[in-house]
Parts: sequence; C-alpha cells; structure tokens
Amino acid sequence: MSTAATAHYTSTGLDTRKIAFWAFIGSECLLFGSLIATYLSYEGKSVVGPYPGEILDIPLTSISTFVLLMSSLAMVLALDGVTKGDNKQARIWLATTVLFGAIFLGFQAYEFQHFVHNGLTLSTNLFGSTFFVLTGCHGLHVLGGVIWLSSLLIQSYRNKLGPDKAMTVEIAGLYWHFVDVVWIVIFTVVYLIQRG
Amino acid sequence: MANSHDSGHTQEGPTGLWSWITTTDHKRIGIMYGATAFFFLLVGGLEALLIRTQLAKANNTFVDADTFNQLFTMHGTTMVFLALMPMSAAFFNFIIPLQIGARDVAFPRLNAFSYWVFLLGGIFINASFLIGAAPDAGWFGYANLTSTQFSPGLNVDFWGMGLQILGIASLAAAFNFIATIINMRAPGMKLMRMPVFTWMSFVTQILVVTAFPVITVALVFLMFDRMFGTTFYSPAAGGDLLLWQHLFWLFGHPEVYILILPTMGMVSEVLPTFSRKPLFGYAVVVYSGALIGGIGWAVWSHHMFASGMGAIADTYFAVATMLIAIPTGVKIFNWMATMWGGQIRFTTSMLFAIAFIMMFTIGGISGVMHASAPSDLQQTDTYFIVAHFHYVLFGGAMMGIFSAMYYWWPKVFGKLMSEGLGKVHFWITFVGLNLTFFPMHFIGMLGMPRRVYTYGPELGLESMNYAATLGSFLIGIGTLVMVFNILKTWKGPKQDVGKNPWGAATLEWAISSPPPVYNFSVIPEVRSRLPLWTEDGMSEVPDVPPEPVHVPGGSYWPLVTSFGLVGIFVGAIAKSVPIAAIAAVVLVVGIFKWGYEPFEM
Repeated sequence: MSTAATAHYTSTGLDTRKIAFWAFIGSECLLFGSLIATYLSYEGKSVVGPYPGEILDIPLTSISTFVLLMSSLAMVLALDGVTKGDNKQARIWLATTVLFGAIFLGFQAYEFQHFVHNGLTLSTNLFGSTFFVLTGCHGLHVLGGVIWLSSLLIQSYRNKLGPDKAMTVEIAGLYWHFVDVVWIVIFTVVYLIQRG
Repeated sequence: MANSHDSGHTQEGPTGLWSWITTTDHKRIGIMYGATAFFFLLVGGLEALLIRTQLAKANNTFVDADTFNQLFTMHGTTMVFLALMPMSAAFFNFIIPLQIGARDVAFPRLNAFSYWVFLLGGIFINASFLIGAAPDAGWFGYANLTSTQFSPGLNVDFWGMGLQILGIASLAAAFNFIATIINMRAPGMKLMRMPVFTWMSFVTQILVVTAFPVITVALVFLMFDRMFGTTFYSPAAGGDLLLWQHLFWLFGHPEVYILILPTMGMVSEVLPTFSRKPLFGYAVVVYSGALIGGIGWAVWSHHMFASGMGAIADTYFAVATMLIAIPTGVKIFNWMATMWGGQIRFTTSMLFAIAFIMMFTIGGISGVMHASAPSDLQQTDTYFIVAHFHYVLFGGAMMGIFSAMYYWWPKVFGKLMSEGLGKVHFWITFVGLNLTFFPMHFIGMLGMPRRVYTYGPELGLESMNYAATLGSFLIGIGTLVMVFNILKTWKGPKQDVGKNPWGAATLEWAISSPPPVYNFSVIPEVRSRLPLWTEDGMSEVPDVPPEPVHVPGGSYWPLVTSFGLVGIFVGAIAKSVPIAAIAAVVLVVGIFKWGYEPFEM
C-alpha cells in the first residue's frame, strides 16, 4: 500500500487512507445489501427444486462460519503484533488468518461442488441463481482478502512490516472484519432463517 | 518504478506526452477529463441531431428503426455517463483541491486510475459501433427487453459491461474525493467555510458511493442471465421484471442528483462573484443541497408509477418526490436573493448561470407535475417527459457547466475566452434549447410516445416536431461557436489575467493562473468563508515558495492496472478466456506494483 499522507497534517487528525476505506466499506454495504435483498425477495419463488431446505447443510456451514469468525480474532492478534513490532506474533497470526480464510474457501468449494452434484446450478432455479451469486460474491471477497493478507505476510518475512506499517495492516483488518460481518448476515438469512 | 523527482521551484511540471500519460497531477487529470468529456459531448450531440433529423417530418425514412434504437440509447448513455458526469469530474479534479487549499487530491494515482478507466470504458461502449452492435435497449435497459431472447446480439453486452467499467471509475473517484474533502482541507477551512461547489460535490460523491453499487449488482445479474443462464429477470422461472426496475432506479434517481448537484454548486460560485455579494443564506443552501441528496435517495419508484405498485407505494413516492421541491425551491430563491441589489455584471458565465436558474425551474415545475401519480400516468413514456428532463439536464446541468467553463477557464489556462463569442454562444444555445424542448411538452401531451422512430401525419405534430429539429440544429451551431471560441483562445496570444480576473472570493483565486504545479507555495491558513473578500481572510501565499516544495512524480501503474481491468471485460465480450486471463494477470501485477512502488506525497 502507498505511504501517502501518513505523516502529514490532516483536517480531522485521522489517516486519509482510513477515511477512503470507510467510504469503500459504505459502498460494499450497498453492494451486499442489494444482493441480500434480491435473495430475500426471491425466497420461496422458485418454480422447480432443489429448494433450500432440501440442500442447505447447516451443521457443516456452522463449522466454516466458526472458522471464519476465529480468523477475525487472529487478525486482531496479528495487528497487535505489528503495532508492537513483534514480528513473530505478527507472522503467526497473519498466517493463521490466511489459513482460516483458505479453509473457509475450501468449505465453500466443497459446498458448491456438492450442490451442483445434487442438481443445483446457477441456472436451475431462482434459488440457485440468487444463492450462488450472493455467496460467490462473498467468496470472491474472501479470496481477495486472502491474497491481500498473504502479500502482507510476505512483506513481514522480508522485514518490511514494522510498526510504521500498522495502519496498512489495520486497513486490511477492517476489510477482513467487514467481510466476516457480511458472512454472519448471509449465514443468518440464507441458512438459519429459511422461509421457503 | 516511479520517476520520482523534486520539482523544487519550477512553476510548471515536466512536459511531453509521457508526462501526461504518467501524470498524477489533479490539474492535468482535470484537463484530460474535460477534453475527453467534451469529445463525447460532441458525439452524443451528433447522435441527438440524427434523432431530430429522423423526426423532422412524419413517416421519415432517414434512419431505420434499428438504427434509431441505437441512436437514442447511445445518446442517453453517452450524455449521462460520458459527457455530463466526467465534465463535473473535470471540475472536481481541477477546482476542489484549490478551493480547500490542498496540494493535490488524497490519492493522486487512484485519481489517474479513475480517468484511465473512464476513458477506456467510453471507448469500450463506443467500440460497439465498429461491429454494428451499438446498445439499443434504452439507457435504462429494461428487463426483459435485454434478455438473450429479445436482444440476441452483443449490443446489450457492450452496454452492461461498459456501465460496470464506468461505475468502477466513478466509485474510485468518489472514495478519493470524499477523503480529500474530509481530510485535506487547509488549516481554518472548516466544513462550513467550504465553497458551495465543494460542498455540493461532496454530497454528489456520497450519492455515487451509495448508488453505483446497486446498479453494479443489477448489471451483474443481467450479465449472468445473458452469459450463464441465471434466471434473475426470467418470468418463466418465477423472476420478477420489476426487480430490474427497482435496482435500476435505486441508482437512476440518485444519478439525476449526481448530475445536477455539482452544477448547482457551480452557479453558487458564479452568481455571488458577478453580483459582488456573498451568497444569500450560505448555510441554508448547503443544508438544502444535503437534503436534496438525502431525499433523492428515497423517491426512486416515481419512475415506476405505470408499473402498478399499488396505492400505498404510489402515495408515498408521490409525496416524497414533491418534498424535494422544497429544498430545491429554497435554493432557487437564495440564488435570486443573491442577485437582488447586487452589482450585476452580465458576463457570459453569469448569463449561463441566470439561464440555469430559469431553465431548471421550468424543468422542476414539470417534474412536480408528474410527481403526482395520476398525472404521471398520462405523461409517462411521452415527449412530455423528454421535455422535462432536458430542461433539467440541458437547461440545468449543461448550462451550469457552460457557466463554470467560462468562469474557471482563465484559472485553468491563464487566458480569458472571448466574451463576444461567448455571448453569441449563449444566445444561440438559449434560443435553440427552448425551441427544441418547449414544443416537446405539447408534443407529449398530445400523445406522441418516446423512443418510437417515426409518427404518422394524422397526429398533426409535424410543425412542432419540425420546430424542435430546427432548435436542435441551433444548439449545434451554438456548440460550433463555442468550439471556435476555444480554438481562438487556444491559438491566441498569451494573456496576463492575473490571479483573480473576476474579483472572486474563494481560495483558488489567491494563486496564479494557471496555478503552479504545487498549487500553494505555502499552505494558507483560512480565517473566513470568503477569504479574498475579507480583511485578513487568509494568511499570505507568496508567489515564490520560501522553501522547495516536494511534488510527487508520475506513475504508469494506474494506466497498466486500468488496462488489466478493462481487458477482463474485453475478454468477456470476445468470449475469450486467454484474453481475460492475461488481463487478470496484468490487473494483479498492476495493483501490486502500484501498491509497493515508492511514491512520496
């Protein structure tokens, strides 16, 4: 990430990158909001199966949800390590975050493949269209986060992730927590509260 | 790989084509936005003239129905996304950092990225003409006219993907300007001291951030329906066609304010300057602008009265829409009160600003007419609507942009445009636009539908349509006068316009014209809302920097990254996995090179 505007006077005293990133998260809220609203308004409108109740596996997805939630904890510890200048702590927990993100993606890949095997594809019915596009879009966000955090991990091993880069890591963390929070909403409305 | 360098005392940056390609200077990017948008304005204008030529007489055969569909679709798409929005962006770029006392925007390379993505996106959409498959389903692209069943060609693909590309450019710019305005203000430039143009631009950016993700989702659904067989807009599979309309207008109505709010800000700068009076009710104008933006987000379904949403929804959207007339009216009265008792100078810029108020008011009043659902059912899809939105978008937004162009031209280029030619441009355009669009109110009320390529003589609408066509050619002539004025000024002798040729009040007029590459030799301290009209309104900005000013060097990674991004869409439309894969690699490499290149602000 650029080192722009870190040590300069700012009107609010906040880091400029952080403000821009919150604006980005604001737009992401509208993006996922539109996807989730579409899912909800089409819930129960599919004219052919498979229907959500026949195919969604709550226990399995609970495990991957738990893993993703724990990755947020790891992210917090990684940021703490970077801020303190503790390279070892930073690397362990950055690597954990990346690993947990990858595990989540693995679960999702398995789930998608399992659904397709059971006759649910993008074009099968409204449930397939809305489900795959919503969770796929979230999965792409997790993938982006995994790549981003991996690059930070590499930077750490090149000894280029000192306390002066705490803001860079904090912003990556903001992204990661946001993607995590979105999943909690998706898990709740798609898996836990099924209406059709 | 940045060619980092210290410009020190130099007033001008590096020269040559490469320095423009790699530039991260907000002033140069602003000029590039302006030039590109101006080109697209001419393209969109040409499309309008072809449309009007076809409609000049009944049963005309100048173009066929298919071509006509492409023309009105591309006219709307071009004017909204490739002319008006980027023209506003040109002024955001050039003026906002100067008005708030900053050396550049918050993220200069992101700014360059926005421009390149916009340029490539514009080329992408218009490339469809080359293979004879220009978008033809209207700028609103209603489902399921856009389905593969009814639009089997690539036309709709070009449109849907092109808008996604342009959306990314707008979003990147919006994050940048929000951060710039919140965080890069000079000491003492409190929020309620910011010039109204900067304020309205800020509201606009918030609308961009909230509205564009929604149309992105709508377009992704469309793309998936067309490419991967999803059923979002397929009634046979249980899908609801109104989903598209809701998502589109959730974006589309804020978009109207994205187009008009910046120009409301522009005339709020011009009117006080040429009335030699501070803006009447500054705070109320700012709050009204914010209120317009806020309510503007909650009225989208007034575009859908004809879809049968039911009495409760119709009532809510009708009332909410009428509410917007209140803050809008407040602004109009504030502008008039600003001129009241002022020492008015009727410069070209001022004439356009006054015309803005008049024309926008006419468009606003017809807007309140079809805010009423029963009234709208008579007017929807007729030329009455065309008259309405051309009064707000041409009579309003475009006149405001012309006003801003004559106003800030000396600041940007250090030369005044010819006032004589400017007034010719103004009067021809003013007469032309009223001759074109005023008869459309009647044409529409008498029952002529929009978007239909011809009409029968028995409707008795030939003379009014002919008048509208004559008017459109007048606008064309006015535009040629403006082009001539620009060329004449360009080729004309060097001028010394000084720092503040109009005697204006805001910060951009405290530095030389054109501004030095670093803008302010020292960042000023602002002590007044009108720093140049107030005794001791700001600390002094010396002409020569007391110490060398660091100016960030250029970078070509934003350009590389934008090629990667747009390349993915090129791959998608060519159905070529290798092209998309190579582009994706370019995109990722571009982002990382950009992220880790040394680039000191």
